[in-house]
Amino acid sequence: MKLTLSSSPHQRVRRDTGQIMRLVIYAMAPAMVLQMFFFGWGLLIQASIAILTAVGTEAAFLALRQKPVGRALSDYSAVLTALLLAVSIPPALPWWMTVLGTFCAIAIAKQLYGGLGFNMFNPAMIAYVILLISFPVAMTMWLPPQQFLAEPLSFADTLSLILTGYTQSGMDIVQLRTVVDGITMATPLDAVKTGLTQSRTYTETLQAPIFEGGFASSLGAAWSWIALAYLAGGLFLLKARVINWHIPVAMIASVIVFSGFLHLLDMDRYASPLFHVFNGSLLIGAFFIATDPVSASTTNKGRLIFAAAIGFWLVIIRTFGGYPDAVAFAVIIMNMAVPLIDYYTRPRTYGHSPRSEKRKHR
Amino acid sequence: MSEYKTLAADGMWKNNPALVQLLGLCPLLAVTATVINGLGLGLATMAVLIGSNVTVSLVRNIVRNEIRIPIFVMVIASFVTIIQLLMNAFTYELYLALGIFIPLIVTNCAIIGRAEAFASKNKVLPAAFDGVMMGLGFTVVLVLLGGMRELLGAGTLLSGADRLFGPVANNWTVTVFATEHPFLLAILPPGAFIGMGLLIAAKNAIDQRLAARQTKQKKQVTRIRVTAES
Repeated sequence: MKLTLSSSPHQRVRRDTGQIMRLVIYAMAPAMVLQMFFFGWGLLIQASIAILTAVGTEAAFLALRQKPVGRALSDYSAVLTALLLAVSIPPALPWWMTVLGTFCAIAIAKQLYGGLGFNMFNPAMIAYVILLISFPVAMTMWLPPQQFLAEPLSFADTLSLILTGYTQSGMDIVQLRTVVDGITMATPLDAVKTGLTQSRTYTETLQAPIFEGGFASSLGAAWSWIALAYLAGGLFLLKARVINWHIPVAMIASVIVFSGFLHLLDMDRYASPLFHVFNGSLLIGAFFIATDPVSASTTNKGRLIFAAAIGFWLVIIRTFGGYPDAVAFAVIIMNMAVPLIDYYTRPRTYGHSPRSEKRKHR
Repeated sequence: MSEYKTLAADGMWKNNPALVQLLGLCPLLAVTATVINGLGLGLATMAVLIGSNVTVSLVRNIVRNEIRIPIFVMVIASFVTIIQLLMNAFTYELYLALGIFIPLIVTNCAIIGRAEAFASKNKVLPAAFDGVMMGLGFTVVLVLLGGMRELLGAGTLLSGADRLFGPVANNWTVTVFATEHPFLLAILPPGAFIGMGLLIAAKNAIDQRLAARQTKQKKQVTRIRVTAES
């Protein structure tokens, strides 16, 4: 029998970055399939464009910075960034906007800060915000779910819509958005926001056709099911120990608390917590975006504060801000606060009492 | 003559008010949405800078040290008022486009910085030349940044040139590409910050290249034999 001597650590982590990123991508897959079921082929095309651009940009910048290209590309982080962006943008966005956004995500938000592990902000969310403030009209042009369209868009139609701006029969996106009964469809968050500006109450806006077919009365038809799929994917990530419970739980809880408080203040103006949780991108944000190990807080206490503050900003911006959804803005605001949060939530070092730590600082 | 050469190099490159001293960033970031706006503000700043540098240099021996800063500020403020009235009279549309940032030239730290650091200690001619070069350095950065943002944002260059140069310039606008969706990020303030960062990075990169080349050249210096030949 051979006994080997080796120095510590004796227990090694089984996963490398690439495996973790791949697990996150697998966890997103069901929701992406569901999104394609409801909204057509657009997501597939956007994801392909985004992944190609992301990997290309990453390779080019790594080569420019004289870093090993192959190893960094095989960690799948660029692919994940591209996918997160692809599921956030409208499926019929012109192709060059997707390319521009992905380029900004990888080039500006990631590589200029020093590459994976050094980026202060979540690259996908920076790309989303850059696109949203640059092209506000195109970025809010969501096609209605397929069930509302006169006839579902074929793959060739979607491709031609993305590449040229027109379907093969010459319809542009504005015409497509006006569905059979002549109402322009919007996302649930949009619907409530515009409804309130037209001095309808929250409960009245819930009568719009967009809210038919969700699993509860205040939920958007397709969106709530996609959100459920993200919830399932997120629970899988928790089970697989890719993410900790702190961020998702704190973020969702804080959204429920703050939106519930507003809802109790005035039920006609402020949407219910259920509406806030299952509409828009809260659930993908809580499980997939805010949990980004690089740009999130690194201590457990810090994660609770970080995520709770994201939830707070989310409710504030959604309710009082100019844009209907706010996950990207809230995450970026709190990304900026991460160094401060980490500084004040450092865990106690073993053998040191917190008091002696303070004395040393004096 | 070499004094003027160092002054020129300082203003345009080594001690550029915008890229190195990072002074006057507020107007720099706020008005550079187009080339012409950048050029207009740059020229206005340059004129104020020359005027204030000359005046401060002229009165440098009369003004007592304790009250020099208020005097400098008043000198600068009067020149800014002159420029503002001139622009109001001759380039009214540009005056409207630049808005509050013309009177705000008073608070541009580059100007009082030069008055304090250079003009109050030097003769009139060098002080005037310093004003020209510092102003030129500032203007070049404004125009570069304005060009980057206008090109990315709207796909044009020199749009609105008639605001500054009169009706001669009516058709100077160069349309590089036409777009239905302007890239608003470049025109909005974040674009100014990102563009400014890229410009500073480019300047530092060039400096590093130059420094690296110089050390290489120094290494090739032929050794002088110091030991006696046996």
